[in-house]
This record gives sequence, C-alpha cells and structure tokens, in this order.
Amino acid sequence: MSPEVLLEAKEVTKIFDIRQGFATKQFHAVDKASFTLQKDKPEIFTIAGESGSGKSTLAKMILGMDYASQGLLQYQGRDVASLSKAEKRNWFFAKVQPVFQDPFAAFSPLKRIDSYLYETFYNYKMAPRSEADTYINGVLNQVGLSLAEIKGRYPNELSGGQAQRVAIARALITKPSLIVADEPVSMLDASLRMSIVNMFRKLKNDNGVSIIYITHDLATAYYSADRIAVMLRGWIVEMGPVEQVLGNPKHPYTQNLKASIPQADPDKTWDTKTSLADMELAEFSRTGCKFAARCPMVKDICKTQEPPTVHHEGRDVKCFLYEGS
Amino acid sequence: MSAIVSAKDLKAYYITNAYGVERTVKAVDDVSIFVQEGEVYGLAGESGCGKSTLLKVMLGEFQAPLRIVSGSVTYNFDGEERNAASLTEQDRQDIRWSKVSYIPQGSMHVLNPVRRIQDTFHDFIVTHKPMSKSEAFAMTGSYLRELGLPEKVMRSFPHQLSGGMRQRVTIALATILWPKLIFADEPTTALDVVVQRGVIQLLKEIQQKKGSTIVLITHDLGVHANLANRIGVLYAGKLVEEAPTRTILSKPRHPYTQFLIKSLPTFDERSEREGIPGRPPALDNPPSGCRFHTRCPLAIEKCKTLEPPMLTISTGHRVACHLVSEEVHHVA
Repeated sequence: MSPEVLLEAKEVTKIFDIRQGFATKQFHAVDKASFTLQKDKPEIFTIAGESGSGKSTLAKMILGMDYASQGLLQYQGRDVASLSKAEKRNWFFAKVQPVFQDPFAAFSPLKRIDSYLYETFYNYKMAPRSEADTYINGVLNQVGLSLAEIKGRYPNELSGGQAQRVAIARALITKPSLIVADEPVSMLDASLRMSIVNMFRKLKNDNGVSIIYITHDLATAYYSADRIAVMLRGWIVEMGPVEQVLGNPKHPYTQNLKASIPQADPDKTWDTKTSLADMELAEFSRTGCKFAARCPMVKDICKTQEPPTVHHEGRDVKCFLYEGS
Repeated sequence: MSAIVSAKDLKAYYITNAYGVERTVKAVDDVSIFVQEGEVYGLAGESGCGKSTLLKVMLGEFQAPLRIVSGSVTYNFDGEERNAASLTEQDRQDIRWSKVSYIPQGSMHVLNPVRRIQDTFHDFIVTHKPMSKSEAFAMTGSYLRELGLPEKVMRSFPHQLSGGMRQRVTIALATILWPKLIFADEPTTALDVVVQRGVIQLLKEIQQKKGSTIVLITHDLGVHANLANRIGVLYAGKLVEEAPTRTILSKPRHPYTQFLIKSLPTFDERSEREGIPGRPPALDNPPSGCRFHTRCPLAIEKCKTLEPPMLTISTGHRVACHLVSEEVHHVA
C-alpha cells in the first residue's frame, strides 16, 4: 500500500444480527464498500443515499467508532481496527474528526460552547497554553466566526448555523487530514446550507483537508463535491466524479434520487409518480438487486442475481443494464 | 370561492415578564392573509421568521406567553363565520381533526410508541364518530388502502416503521376524518429526498381527492413549487411578498424573496453561490423601517426609517418594498 493513500476501504462490510423470537437474521448494513482517498489530492467525497442506506454506519467505521465485520479499512496504511487505544486517542482521533447532524445535540446545553474548543486544544497540546486564545481565534476565523462572538456563550444563544460552525471549528483544532461530516446541513435552512458547504470548499482548498460529506441532499453534493458514491441498502451502486454521476446518472436509483429533488421552478415540477420502499428490512434481505422492486427498468435477472459492478462512462455502476458495455 | 381561514391585521406577540423584566417578541406583526377554499397556501421564510407562530395562531392552539395583541383569525366553514379566538374549549374539540387538522413539525414522533397504529386510529375516529372498534379498524384499513399505504402497518408499532412510513401514517391519521383545512408545519423536513417526494405526492392526492385546503410551511421553495398554489414569504414577522407560485418563482420582486430563490443550488451550474448574508434579526427589538434593510444590498435611506406599505402590483401579487413602490409610482 502506497503512502500517498489517505484512506482506503477494501470491501468493507458491516453485518448486524436481528433477533426475531428464536431466529436470528443477519443483514448487511454496509456491503463490500470499496473506495480510496488520495493524500496529496484533498477532495470532498460525498456519500449519498436515502435514510437507511448504510451511510452513517460507514461513517462510524471510518471514524473508528465501530468495527467492520469483514473487509479492511486503512488510514494512512494502518488498519483502523487494529490500532491500540493509545494510538487511537493520540493520533487517529486527532487526524480524523467528526461533524454531526445536529449541533445542538452535539454540545451539552449546560456547558459554555467555547469550553469544547479549549478542552480539545489542551487535550491535544496543540500549542503552549498561553497561546490558546490566539490559536482558537485563528481556527474560528477559518469558519467565519471570532472568539469574541462565542466566548462565554451557551449553545442555545447561537443560531443553528453558528453552532454548526463551532462544531466544525472544534473538529479543525487538531489539524485533521480528514473530516467526516454526517448530514451536517440537513438541520439547517436552505440559505444557511450554502454557507456551510462553501466553507467546506474553502477548507479543502486552503487547508488541504479531505472531507467525507454524507448527505441525502444531492443539490449541495453536486455543488460542492469532487466525487460521489451513491449508496442503496448497503451497496455502493454508483461511484465516480460528481459531474458525471449527477450530471448524467446511469443507475436507475441515482436517476430516481436526482429526479426527487424539488426544484424551485414551476416548469420543473414532478409529473410522474415515485414508489417508496414499504419495509426497509425486506429490501436489505432481498436476493438479486435491492432496487428491483422499485426499479422502472427491472429485468428478470435483477430479481435473482446480484448485479456486477462495471465501469461505464467514467464511473462505476452496479447494474445489469450496463453489463458488457 | 371564499376565504376558509383569514388572518386580518394579525399581531401575535410573546409577552413574558420574568423578574420584572418585560420582553415582547413580535413574532407575527401585522400580517393579513386570506386562504381560499381548496387551495394550497405556502408560507416560506428562514427559521425564526414567525412561520410556525403564525400557524399556531391560525390553528387557535396557543398558550401564554403567546398572545393575540390585535387583529383576528376567522374560520369560514360552510358559510358560517367563526372567530378563532372566541371558540370555547368544547367548540375547539368539535372542529379539531374533523374540520381543522394539523401535521406538526417532526410529526413522525407523535405516534404513541406503546400502542399499535390501529389503536391510535381507533382513538381518533371514535372521539368524533361513535362506532365500534371493528368498524373503526375497517375504516382505517380502507383509508390506508385508498392512500396506497400497506395495510399491514395497522398491526405494527411505530418503531417498526421507517421514518418516511411513520410520517405518511401520521398524515393519514390527520386526514382520516376528511378535514376541510389542514395545517402542515414542515411536514418533510428531516426526510430524505425520495421519501419527501412520496410525502408531497400523498398530500397532493389527499388535497385533490377531497378538495381540502392546505396551509403549508416549509423553508424549501422546491417543495412549495411542487405543491403550493400561492406562496407568502415571511420575514421577521412580516409578510413581505405574496403571489401565485409561478409568479413569485419566476418574477420575485422583494430582495429577500430573490435571495431565498438564488441561494438554492441547482443542477445547471456549479458557480459560486452565496447564502443570504447575516441572519434574521431578533424579534424582541426588530430594526426600524423595513426589517430587511440591515441585510438588503439595495437598501436606500428611506428603508431605514419608513416601513414599506403592502402594495398590490398585479393580480394577487402583493409586495412590501420601497424600491418596488417607487418604481410603480414612477411609471404611473
């Protein structure tokens, strides 16, 4: 494995057991996910998909909060699952930082919000203690805030956008090389979303931070990301550069996702109907393609066999439609 | 066609008095809207603009410290006008769910976690229409079938359903008695796009089948474009613009509406897009004059001191902005 690789996932699989009475069912929340992030080329890598597609489980494994049942997840050539506790705490957790969906759930309402910044700073000894204020102010400036604005404030005194910015600033304190942002904008207004996403672009360009941006909002993904992986019930069904995948989606599921984005344009309203999954578990345990029940272009083979992943027009797509092309 | 619910010069403030410190939050300030029977009326605006407060007042379900300071809310059911503020508790109970219904924010959490879906439906139905349990279950089943939801959810507990299914079940619950008027507060926020589309589809179907009136709140103009007939844009407790959906999306006149529309990313281009600079003002001490002038790039001297009047510029298109009114007067 070359040292230029920042993060590599090789057929990462997570299996959960579900007990129903005496029977135990297994289901694959993430099924053979493979992708690579390069070290010298920071990028925004989007993982998109509907709720229950395994996005957050994958994020947890990347963050080292959960272990892969099968497959290998390596950060800078080291297997994340085999890191010792001390290595994790001193090195891995500093280098790979999370940002979560709800900033008000991430911060305790009883603690001043700046204390999180100071604690992280002291714990990781980023600079001499005397320089704490300047250091933290510098980090806050990167996210468009200043220490004077938030010092001594409680989370409820901040707006959602501000609190999310503080959450991102906290993640930046340890100078990470990778930020895993799990639905960072879905709690925010449309207008605030853009400012957070713009900030991600800036962090990538100025600080060289790679960002794994997990979202179901394809519009902001299209706007900000370099590459995208579309997940469906644990599978990565389409992966490639965002212009190709979202500009001209090939997998019927990606096409459905794109078509479902409401556009603020009276000429682009939906005229066709979509069908929703009835029961999530039924889709997870389906043999053959997991999208077969909802797919408008379903063939007989889709109901019995798992589709292969083929390279087609600049992206990887897991669908029988493009087999042999 | 007549207004099924109307708010007239409505002012609703949160008035608190804690330890002798009086604080008045002007969440809804001088808003007039007339919702016609059979239409979908959309309310748009950022968080903290008074959308939900306006809805609560129109629904008549509010408690101190929220108070109606002046103005009124009037319902009109079958030609019978009723002032929402003067309804007794008994009246309210009678109209709730059977005439006026409410789909609250995050409504997938409203289902009782220890009861089966069908029992919750049963409770709702028998409160308004006395019938036996089996009749109520049959009614629930046929209604769910009508909406294209799987009947097996009736025997499920809420935790067994996905978020999107719970949301659709809640909508079914809120509409099973065919209310004339449905208030929906961010019914699709926190749902993913595919489920959101299904939920909007469901609301549209219900509305078309029974000709119900829907007042819909969401900050997502894309949702409004797909569902609403008319859109009213609120900013800092004021109605700043109101027009039919097509007009407001293609020719927005108020700078705030223009910002809201421009800030949405589209698939046509990846050029730099900015969110709206700044944030909505605190409503206990709103800016003087036009409340948007602190964030408006086009603000002129007049905007800082003088409140812009609501002006009708074309059929059904009202806008409160000095720039627009000056332009109109100039032409005239």
